[in-house]
Amino acid sequence: MAENFDIVIIGSGPGGYVAAIRAAQLGMKTAVIEKADLGGICLNWGCIPTKALLRCSEIHHLLQNADQFGFTISGIKFDLQKIVERSRKVASQLSSGVSHLLKKNKVTVIKGYGKLAGKGKIIAEQDNNKTEILAKHIIISTGARARILPGFEPDGKFIYTYREAMIPNELPKKLLVVGSGTIGIEFASFYHNLGSEVTVIETIDKILPAEDDEISTLARKSFENQGIKIYTGAKIQSAVKNKDTVTATVDIKGKTEKFEVNAIIMAVGIEANIENLGLEHTTVKIDKGHIVTNEWLETSEKNIYAIGDVAGAPWLAHKASHEGIVCVEKIAGSKDVHPICKTKIPGCTYSMPQIASVGLTEKQALEQGYKIKVGRFPFIGNGKAVAMGESEGLIKTIFDEKTGELLGAHMIGAEVTEMIQGFVIAKNLEATELDLMHSIFPHPTLSEMMHESVLSAFGKAIHF
Amino acid sequence: MPIKILMPALSPTMTEGNLVKWHKKVGDKIKSGDLLAEIETDKATMEVEAVDEGVIGKLVIEEGTQGVAVNSVIAILLEKGEDKSALDDMGLEAPKPSIAEAIKEVKSEPVTIINEGPKTQSTSSSKERIFASPLAKRIASDQNINLHNILGTGPHGRIIKADVLASSGSSTNSHEGPIARIAQEYRLIANNSIRKVIARRLSESKQNIPHSYLSTDCNVDKLLELRHDINHARSADANAVRVSVNDMIIKAVALTLKQVPEANSAWTDEAILQYNNIDISVAVSIDGGLITPIVFNADQKSIFTISKEVKELAAKARAGTLKPHEFQGGGFSISNLGMYGIKQFNAIINPPQSCILAVGANITTPIVKNNKIEIANILCVTLSSDHRSLDGAMSAKFLQTFKEIIENPVRLLLGH
Repeated sequence: MAENFDIVIIGSGPGGYVAAIRAAQLGMKTAVIEKADLGGICLNWGCIPTKALLRCSEIHHLLQNADQFGFTISGIKFDLQKIVERSRKVASQLSSGVSHLLKKNKVTVIKGYGKLAGKGKIIAEQDNNKTEILAKHIIISTGARARILPGFEPDGKFIYTYREAMIPNELPKKLLVVGSGTIGIEFASFYHNLGSEVTVIETIDKILPAEDDEISTLARKSFENQGIKIYTGAKIQSAVKNKDTVTATVDIKGKTEKFEVNAIIMAVGIEANIENLGLEHTTVKIDKGHIVTNEWLETSEKNIYAIGDVAGAPWLAHKASHEGIVCVEKIAGSKDVHPICKTKIPGCTYSMPQIASVGLTEKQALEQGYKIKVGRFPFIGNGKAVAMGESEGLIKTIFDEKTGELLGAHMIGAEVTEMIQGFVIAKNLEATELDLMHSIFPHPTLSEMMHESVLSAFGKAIHF
Repeated sequence: MPIKILMPALSPTMTEGNLVKWHKKVGDKIKSGDLLAEIETDKATMEVEAVDEGVIGKLVIEEGTQGVAVNSVIAILLEKGEDKSALDDMGLEAPKPSIAEAIKEVKSEPVTIINEGPKTQSTSSSKERIFASPLAKRIASDQNINLHNILGTGPHGRIIKADVLASSGSSTNSHEGPIARIAQEYRLIANNSIRKVIARRLSESKQNIPHSYLSTDCNVDKLLELRHDINHARSADANAVRVSVNDMIIKAVALTLKQVPEANSAWTDEAILQYNNIDISVAVSIDGGLITPIVFNADQKSIFTISKEVKELAAKARAGTLKPHEFQGGGFSISNLGMYGIKQFNAIINPPQSCILAVGANITTPIVKNNKIEIANILCVTLSSDHRSLDGAMSAKFLQTFKEIIENPVRLLLGH
């Protein structure tokens, strides 16, 4: 007899497991189906383990520059395997944390590959064992995977995706990173700080394509000053594997260049996991490789929902989690559920320097017809930043001149990923420039720059 | 002994009213005849004057309170030599306004999400805190939008930018597409007391009175000619008001009622009240409703007097300064929508009256006269009558008489 659930969630990533916990809290009988590790890519092969790696490369960087702080340290060495091991340990610790949370909330975890099998029916398959489950509501949160270009299939030796790049056997002496989005840039920063010679190529004319042009330019300058080579307008043509190296042919603005490197990281976007889910038996609509939903995450088939990466951009864990909450609360008929507004979702890149942003870029704001006021405040003008030895960076804010609405905030520099939430809250509460100006920011902190940036947009900056 | 000032009954039917404004405050000296307060009743806002002398000791009912029952204490007047301690002996239990409490309860309920159904946000008290985002407040103030009238869709019913934009009719984001459906499906327009009275009385009328409707076309060529001549003759006198077709219709109805008194009546279960005086209620559209001021003894007044009176009454009606005796009563009603180009319509009887005459626009129409097609100004009138008081034949007689008079308008000048 198939077990009956109120909600069954396929995939336990940051969308799925959060949705499951919330559903259980709301009194729904909930199951989550997971084919691999609880927590999904984010926790096991994405956000979390890379942050563990980046912490190590940051420490390495600090140690190497310790003389600036009055330390004399010689013979700095690291063991890459221990770095990777630590990263894996962090991931598994958090994955078991998710397991504990699900158990505590009485969510049934079903191991296996979940597949839709007719109205309200799902089959979870593992090692040829099929479990049939019935559900009133089905949430698809199967996430996404790295896009793989033909001819550049990952082999773990010469060609990596994020997954292989996270568990290197040895440090590649020379590394080519294809794609300058968040993933590409984070790996570039990580490997560079550990000593690899890193080259980044990007097809369009700027790195970090989603970011504000000015921030993107500052980031590029900073990376290039550190010694990372960057080519924009550059497209990879082929990769020929040699004995110990791989030769990449790259078209750079019409000129062909060859790069002989030890490894290539392919970070050229993602593809949603929509295959082999049994969607063909439903009326669920797919557009540009993603499941189409409305603002309540409902697909075109009643009682089937999709959240997170599988439901489209932006491909961010926090967007997936929030969608999970909205979706489940809407199903439960909770009051005060609000659809997600995509211009209020922040994005972060944990490279050195860090980059964080929310809302419209300057270009987007102008394209949308806003008359804007732009504020800028550089890290060099901030006491705490100088004291920390982190005087490189900028906080840029964009306001609607007419209403004082904060349209966007864009930051580059130390700890900006921890600060962006201030502007996210401001945007969510619909603060105007006055509310931000009237707020008292603690001294001495990096956050004072947020205040100054706002003041600067209206010609009132004090420290610059 | 302090004097209790009671909520006055400003009309025979009044059971409660809204205390709109106090003109005096505690400690003010009052002479008989002083303006004390403004009270809004079913139909109008009226001023309350002091009868006794003294000093205001206490205002029992707050300004802005709705539904204050007639004869409840609204204030206490201290007589000469008395001080505030005299109030202590009064054992004053502020009489609770009858429906005010219920209204307050509704108001204090938190406004939640929109699909929960309509919830009223406060429309009266401006002191009540409105939850709105800073940006929503900024946009509302820039566009002169009153946040009181907006239903919030943000967390805990907070008013957000999208709500303000929706209420002002501008799209949330005009850059995103040509069709901008407003997320807020409706906005609330609170019913004022006039609206409520109209709703109650007209529902009562249409549900209880067996309406019968008869229409007839009147050729008003002569009437228009006469009107032109009258106004032309009086044009030298700057003070003379121009007589309107409506003024002439009022006079025609008055003369008709003299001949058909059955139409100047009211139905009661025991008897039909047939009025001895010819008092004609004239429907006047005012902001947010309509009201029917009365031309008393219209049969005895010249069309010039009628014209002058109607203009004055209409102006008072629009200003909200009609006294109850100016709109309560009447034996017969006229409703004219001719100025809107309406050809014909059926009016709802204004109870307790038996009849209402619905007047359309005069329209140049081809008519057949002596087997020839001619052009004439035709005005269609429709009599709605209470079939309990008037049978069809009697209603027909009314219209026949009316038509006769209006088509031979010299009779309007002769007065019979």
